[in-house]
Amino acid sequence: MNDMFVARSERVAARKVAGEMVILSADDSSLYVLNGVGTAVWDAADGRTPLSAIVDDIICGEYDIDRESAWHDVQEFVDALVSYGVLRTSAEAIRMDSTPSKSQASGGV
Amino acid sequence: MADLMQHVWDRALDTHVPLSVHFDLTYRCNERCIHCYLDHDDHGEMTTTEVTGVLDQLAAAGTLFLTFSGGEILLRKDLFDLVGYARALRFDVKLKTNGILIGKREAARIRELGVRQLQISIYSHRPEVHDAITKVPRSLARSLAAIRFLSAQGVRVMIANVLMRQNASDYPGVRALANELGVDCTIDPTITPKMDGDRSIVALRLPAPQLLRVFTDRSLVGDDFMTPPSMEIDRETLDGRPCSAGHTFCYISPYGDVYPCVQFPLPSGNLRRQRFEQVWFESPQLSDVRSIRVRDLPTCSSCGHVSTCTRCPGLAYMEGNMRGPSSADCEKSLLRAGAAPASLLSTSDLSQGGRG
Repeated sequence: MNDMFVARSERVAARKVAGEMVILSADDSSLYVLNGVGTAVWDAADGRTPLSAIVDDIICGEYDIDRESAWHDVQEFVDALVSYGVLRTSAEAIRMDSTPSKSQASGGV
Repeated sequence: MADLMQHVWDRALDTHVPLSVHFDLTYRCNERCIHCYLDHDDHGEMTTTEVTGVLDQLAAAGTLFLTFSGGEILLRKDLFDLVGYARALRFDVKLKTNGILIGKREAARIRELGVRQLQISIYSHRPEVHDAITKVPRSLARSLAAIRFLSAQGVRVMIANVLMRQNASDYPGVRALANELGVDCTIDPTITPKMDGDRSIVALRLPAPQLLRVFTDRSLVGDDFMTPPSMEIDRETLDGRPCSAGHTFCYISPYGDVYPCVQFPLPSGNLRRQRFEQVWFESPQLSDVRSIRVRDLPTCSSCGHVSTCTRCPGLAYMEGNMRGPSSADCEKSLLRAGAAPASLLSTSDLSQGGRG
């Protein structure tokens, strides 16, 4: 059971709509709608929080599920989203550049 | 995927989320299209900071689909900064442009920023027709060059082919061109009055015989539009909403004005004076639009076309009554179905040719 870091891809659009995370790929227009557990994993996938912490603190903390089952389900879920290009994983923490800054949009009209 | 997308729209509708926003960043343009409904002078566009502030508010309100349009958006020097900001907020970004300022470098930047689709207006495959509509020499060549640059980068491009008298017979050529370029193509015969109410450009709309040709072109519409409406009016239709304008969709002008739709110029608030959420949830105008169900439409609710008609409330509003019929859509429905809708039965010459 190797731990890893998970980050949201920068090539997708995403918004929580009525509690469900809606994700749309900029590259192939694929659409994904995550349930509550999936949305919790997505929200926590900041590139800095190890997957083990996501499972232990967030999934097991908020849902009535044993750790072994949670780990298995979350890993399967993460693997699937990685194969779709929605998430990426690394053994090291991942730097994400998706926080907008005003300096990012400082040009004139 | 269509079902999943419908699920998302239904959830947005149930929870009053403005899922899709059309945001015109400028009305300035480097073309002067003869059918354009905009005034191209700059009356004080929102600054970069104002636009990013609005984008923050839209993200918080739940908007996912964001279309930047104009005018010609490439005339905004801050366009790529704004697109980058929007993408960092995880909007699904679509751009509408004429493309004539897009070269290799711009196409690469658009790809890098993760824009999902560009829509580029092409009026004809013939330069003399396209350029006469845009009033810019070589504009067709430049727009096509942009499409090639974008396609080479892997950016999805959609050609928008607006039909009017001047290019009525050219859509097969445009579709063939799109096919050759490997891009999608959409055809739209809608010409709307100008934003200031001037209806002079409506005269450019396709005359009935040419519109009929489009509606009966099976390569475009299959058999669907050939089928006469059932003329039955069921309860589900009457309980329905006329369209998504003001429900899950809205339009923002370069000056921060909010409207239910780009084609529905009912002033509903201004983002220089109000927060978006305040406009979206508290505007009396948007509340009025949202309150309307099909059963509240005095003429249309008793029309046999009501379940199949593409009535646009915005066009009805521009004719003077957002609860009234939109005559352009009545005429389209007549042509599609071969039977006269209620609004045409006693008032229009077109009804004399109908069989309903």
